[in-house]
Amino acid sequence: MLTFDRVFKRYPDAGDALSDVSFHLDKGEMRYLTGHSGAGKSTLLKLIAMIERSSRGQLLVDGQNLGQMRDRQIPFLRRKLGLIFQDYKLLFDRTVFDNVALPLLVTGMGQYEIARRVRAALDKVGLLGKENKYPLALSGGEQQRIGIARAVVNKPAIILADEPTGNLDPELSAEIMHLFEQFKQVGVTVLIATHDIELISRFDHKILQLEHGRLINQHA
Amino acid sequence: MKSVKQNKDLGANTHKSVRRGNEGRISKLLQRHKVSLMASLWRLLATPYTTAMAVMVMAIAITLAGSFYVLVSNSEQLVNSLQTGKQISLFLEGGISDQQASKLAQELRANELIEQVTLITKQQALAEFKQYSGFGVALNALEGNPLPAVLQVYPKETLTEAYQLKQLMAQMQNEKAVDIAQMDMAWVTRLQSIIQIVSRVVLLLSSLLALAVVFITGNTIRSELQERHDEVVVTKLVGGTNTFICLPFLYAGFWYGFISGVLAWLIISLMLLMIDGPLGQLSLLYQSQFQLHFLTIGESALLIFSASALGIIGAFAVVSQQLRLVKPE
Ligand SMILES: Nc1ncnc2c1ncn2[C@@H]1O[C@H](COP(=O)(O)OP(=O)(O)OP(=O)(O)O)[C@@H](O)[C@H]1O
Ligand SMILES: [Mg+2]
Repeated sequence: MLTFDRVFKRYPDAGDALSDVSFHLDKGEMRYLTGHSGAGKSTLLKLIAMIERSSRGQLLVDGQNLGQMRDRQIPFLRRKLGLIFQDYKLLFDRTVFDNVALPLLVTGMGQYEIARRVRAALDKVGLLGKENKYPLALSGGEQQRIGIARAVVNKPAIILADEPTGNLDPELSAEIMHLFEQFKQVGVTVLIATHDIELISRFDHKILQLEHGRLINQHA
Repeated sequence: MKSVKQNKDLGANTHKSVRRGNEGRISKLLQRHKVSLMASLWRLLATPYTTAMAVMVMAIAITLAGSFYVLVSNSEQLVNSLQTGKQISLFLEGGISDQQASKLAQELRANELIEQVTLITKQQALAEFKQYSGFGVALNALEGNPLPAVLQVYPKETLTEAYQLKQLMAQMQNEKAVDIAQMDMAWVTRLQSIIQIVSRVVLLLSSLLALAVVFITGNTIRSELQERHDEVVVTKLVGGTNTFICLPFLYAGFWYGFISGVLAWLIISLMLLMIDGPLGQLSLLYQSQFQLHFLTIGESALLIFSASALGIIGAFAVVSQQLRLVKPE
């Protein structure tokens, strides 16, 4: 489902953010991506979503070679992914409902179906009943959960989560982890970048550990 | 409660899948376009100040171009209406008596190129002059009648070319009794060529104004694009295609063009209405058949259509160029 083969990423004047990264994730596999701040976690996730292109190496997502992908195809790659961003990336002039509906709206789905799926997603993150609120009227943790709902609303094949529990209390974090595990159960591949040692110890999954852009410990 | 709702869902779903044919998809697509078309209109109306500024400037540009067009087409029509009254006036020598004059008129009437000849005798000329000039009293003081008899010659309708008329005039000029042959057409022809030049200039100016409309729309859309930068980025991140992201901006461009077009049409029509009255009086004074030419339905549609098209072009130029620059980060 997801294969890195000797992938490098160099930012123009910041040196190598990722060096010689190789790993493979099967369908329905769930991993943590850990490492110190600046280790390259967000960069790795960005490569998978084609937010950045790799400088060297081969990257396969769902059988597609990203190195050969044209710009026009990128939107269709992203529709297979559920992206959760470190900084949420919400639209503050749109309601919670409209934020979560966006990934469905771009596919041209009918309004009825959109409404049904958005409510289901909001229900999963415990935000049902807040559809018509604006993100700024919600707490940090609630905003984060809007981002999570938006990532899962299109039933993605791969979930890429960048610090998804950064602003959540242990109880909510556990709920979100349960949600991810449910997705894993139905065959979704999940990759979670996190610093949250406590979370990792509570929910046991394999770890990809980055240090200065290199994978150092694939199986902890 | 929940199961009831689910049943309802199921029912709606089957109903939908039955209708899911090509037709259904197209009508769905149209429906969606209609929705986003209206959505971008509401968005424009939500920022009335910015919208009004852009629309006013664009409307002025379009009004200028439209007025030029109206001016030229009316001038053309005016000149043409003058042309239908084309006639040649033969001012006869002072020594020619009324009898001789009417004999000449008879001869001319036999000419196959001439439709009609009317004689204005010396007395008639004087009477007319007295009545219309207001110099009646002064003329009374004159001894005798200084005015010549005049033959007004109306060539046949079939004589349309300028050279034919000139030939006929030269022929009559050669008549001994004729002092001056004067064609009322000469200045009309000159006017026509002036109008032709003016219409070229107007075409050039209108093209420049159209370009201005494109640039104004483009500029407005550019700042809107900057304002909605986050939205564009997030939409890209969740898998929105460039087409999907472009459409609202193209719609916005359309609305800018359309609204300014309608506004320009209103202004032009209002201006025409305002000058219609005074012009009518003037026209009456000159015994002209001239009637002010308003924009026809076709021309009005063309005006508004062109304005809308220019708006879309301006938006497209900016969006297609800018969207490639936006990198989601
Ligand atoms: N757009 C960019 N241009 C230049 N350098 C960048 C860019 N993005 C990231 N970097 C650099 O790449 C390295 C890895 O950054 P990255 O954001 O992937 O770290 P991270 O592991 O996600 O850190 P954190 O835990 O703080 O989020 C850092 O040294 C950073 O300075
Ligand atoms: Mg990061």
